[in-house]
Amino acid sequence: MRKSDLHGEFFIQGNIACAEAALAAGCRFFGGYPITPASEIAERMAYRLPQLDGVFVQFEDEIASMASILGASWAGAKSMTSSSGPGISLMLENIGLGIMMETPCVIVNVQRGSPSTGLPTSWGQSDMMQARWGSHGDFAVIALCPKSPQEYFDLTVKAFNLSEQYRLPVFVMSDAVVGHMTEKVYIPPVDELEIIERKYTSKKPQDYLPYECEFDAVPDFAKAGDGYRYHTTGLTHDERGYPVMTEECHVKLVNRLINKIKLHADDIIMIEEKDTEDAEVIVVSYGITSRIVFPAIKIMKKKGIKVGYLRLITVWPFPEERIRQLASKVNGFVVVELNMGQVCLEVERCAKNAVTKLVPHPGGGMPQVETITQAIQEVADAR
Amino acid sequence: MAQLRVKISGFGGQGIVLSSYILGKAVTIFDGKNASMTQVYGPEARGGACSSQVVISEEEVDYPLVDTADVLIALSQEGYDKFLPILRDQGILCYDSDLVTKLHSHDRVIAKSIPATRIAEEMGKKIVANIVMLGFATAQAEISTPDAMRQSIRKSVPAKFTDLNMEAFERGFNYQGET
Amino acid sequence: MPDDKSQQTENLHHPMEEYLRMDRMPHIWCSSCGLGSILTAFMKGVKQADVDFNKVAVVSGIGCTGRVAGYVKLDSYHTTHGRAIPFATGLKLANRDLTVFVISGDGDLFAIGGNHLIHAARRNVDINVICVNNFIYGMTGGQNAPTTPLEAYSSTAPYGNYEQPFNLVGVAAAAGASYVARWSALHMRRLAESVEEMTKKKGFCFLEVISPCATVFARKNKGGTGLDLLKGYKDRSVINHNANPQEIPLDMNGEIVCGVFINKDRPTFWENVLSGTERKVKKTNLYYHDSKTKF
Repeated sequence: MRKSDLHGEFFIQGNIACAEAALAAGCRFFGGYPITPASEIAERMAYRLPQLDGVFVQFEDEIASMASILGASWAGAKSMTSSSGPGISLMLENIGLGIMMETPCVIVNVQRGSPSTGLPTSWGQSDMMQARWGSHGDFAVIALCPKSPQEYFDLTVKAFNLSEQYRLPVFVMSDAVVGHMTEKVYIPPVDELEIIERKYTSKKPQDYLPYECEFDAVPDFAKAGDGYRYHTTGLTHDERGYPVMTEECHVKLVNRLINKIKLHADDIIMIEEKDTEDAEVIVVSYGITSRIVFPAIKIMKKKGIKVGYLRLITVWPFPEERIRQLASKVNGFVVVELNMGQVCLEVERCAKNAVTKLVPHPGGGMPQVETITQAIQEVADAR
Repeated sequence: MAQLRVKISGFGGQGIVLSSYILGKAVTIFDGKNASMTQVYGPEARGGACSSQVVISEEEVDYPLVDTADVLIALSQEGYDKFLPILRDQGILCYDSDLVTKLHSHDRVIAKSIPATRIAEEMGKKIVANIVMLGFATAQAEISTPDAMRQSIRKSVPAKFTDLNMEAFERGFNYQGET
Repeated sequence: MPDDKSQQTENLHHPMEEYLRMDRMPHIWCSSCGLGSILTAFMKGVKQADVDFNKVAVVSGIGCTGRVAGYVKLDSYHTTHGRAIPFATGLKLANRDLTVFVISGDGDLFAIGGNHLIHAARRNVDINVICVNNFIYGMTGGQNAPTTPLEAYSSTAPYGNYEQPFNLVGVAAAAGASYVARWSALHMRRLAESVEEMTKKKGFCFLEVISPCATVFARKNKGGTGLDLLKGYKDRSVINHNANPQEIPLDMNGEIVCGVFINKDRPTFWENVLSGTERKVKKTNLYYHDSKTKF
């Protein structure tokens, strides 16, 4: 495979950084469909993939785009698609297939104002629960939220690593601000990046079972054309990949799909904390909102309130344990997000007796500093 | 100053976004600072109101939006009308004197004007009006060091237009502002 | 030495055992369904083409025919309803050494997945699509399909179907397929030949196979037993390779025109990608950035 040799310091847009990260991570198949505010990723991939002997296809819709990256992944390619809310809605069924078949791939959602067509050129964070629960059924997902073009680069590389390691579609949940924001991005030489590849089976074809593994583990992969002649399906299946319509088989499979993430959540979860240890109030945010909260925190600190800052880098899996630990020590949490209360529900669930105060905003703008300071004050005054 | 918040406004097709890109690249890549550039635009690809903002800082830029601007560059009446209220007291306003004609009170700000579009037209390329304006703002509002700006322009425009753009920058840079 | 009957049976081998997942037999298809013989003809055709079976992949959607992927001893993918073609497109383009077959039903490929079929044919992506047409949704219990003939009965057309059906070969041909053929499940030798041709041929190949559904289509339409239905298809079949695929729609009782209607060569998707980008990409320095991306 021809490696990307673009490296150095650049002043680039988030979406371009994301595409470059995918290429650096080894992505060589992109299937997508135009949509604002995500199109720059597809455009960049269309320009760059032919330089690196990769494949770019603009499909007839997002359904096909999502199905294609699963197919490409089974052929052994690292694959990606990018879209925004309306397009992700169309992808959901095949995201479920990717989860069920345990297919490594990356989905970038540059979130815009929703529901429906919403605000195509403006921003939001209202697809967080869609990423978590959008496809039907019970499963575990991984979703990462970059706050800047640099982190968009870093987390896209990370998303590929996690998808390869845990064999599932991984979401990069950016938004129209981070997607179109231009900042300094350092792209290291490819050889200096930590790149994780999926584990291919070392077994002989006659000994190989495509889904044979422990209750919380990830099965070894075999790609098409290598002589394994395996079967895989979106139906409930046993370790042979064969459909088995029994309760026993279903319980075992669904549990493993969840366990392989849930029981390794500590290895996956990334959070950033400042001043949380002795905080009275902790402001919880992620992605672009984690930069919007700073002026309010500064003001309230000046007023003498001990305000902590907790940024979710991984929103899914949710850092339940850490929130529970902090909940026992603080007055409460202020959750700032560009939706009407999604991740807030998770904080609330883990906060127990601590207060959880939401600062909602449906997108297209940002919450006012005073709204956030007021919420911090309310939580500080509680109890 | 720890932070410099620059708002650039005009209409689509004037190169508003390119201007802020050149500024951001100048201060980050060639001046070693940090900058965050964000854009606000309508769904129309051309002709609509367009604005862009660059927050420049020695430190990492935490808050990337410009609620209050230190410098406002206005290349349209609409952009001037809309963003003059967010320019801070004693902030610097640089506007195109041919395109912004209905003036409000400038008592609380430092206003500088240049007929950037006319100068560009005199050069034979109306399209470089944004670069003339960047040169002017570099001199009047010190948004970047002139050398970083020159390098950034060189790295941002197509090679065959480098000379034209460099000249546009110098014309703006050396223009004695009307106040 | 085999001295009793059971030992004799143990030594017998099913002729398809090398190509099928025998540990999954018996299959779920109804007796007198056409899928068993179509599957046999498919494997025979691939064998005739003399390709490495390790490099052949089968992708299916959902439905009775969608289960084909589960029975072939090949790399096989049973995907979502209607999305076998884009999945197969990704598989093929990411490993262009593979021969990729999509085997699915008329509802899967032409109703929910119709748009993908049209666009894959337009792109001339190098995959082979076998559409088993039984004129109805079998697995879900006999609902109307985009192929159900006018006035035929289905569980969602209790007064008879009032929708004009698709002529599948006409659609595939109009969308630009390189190879378009139609046979019935009784044309075993012809079917295998078409599969062999498709395996060897570049570009988007489309094969429609008319298949009897005794369980729902015959029952709803006084078609008698599966055997009666088969016999009817046989009697109605006419082979005419020169027929214009646009002019041979199917109905309840008329002729079923069979043959290989289109077998032409036009550049495949990947050939066009290479010829379109190669020269330009070589001229492009990796560090060159157009004004739009502005590095």
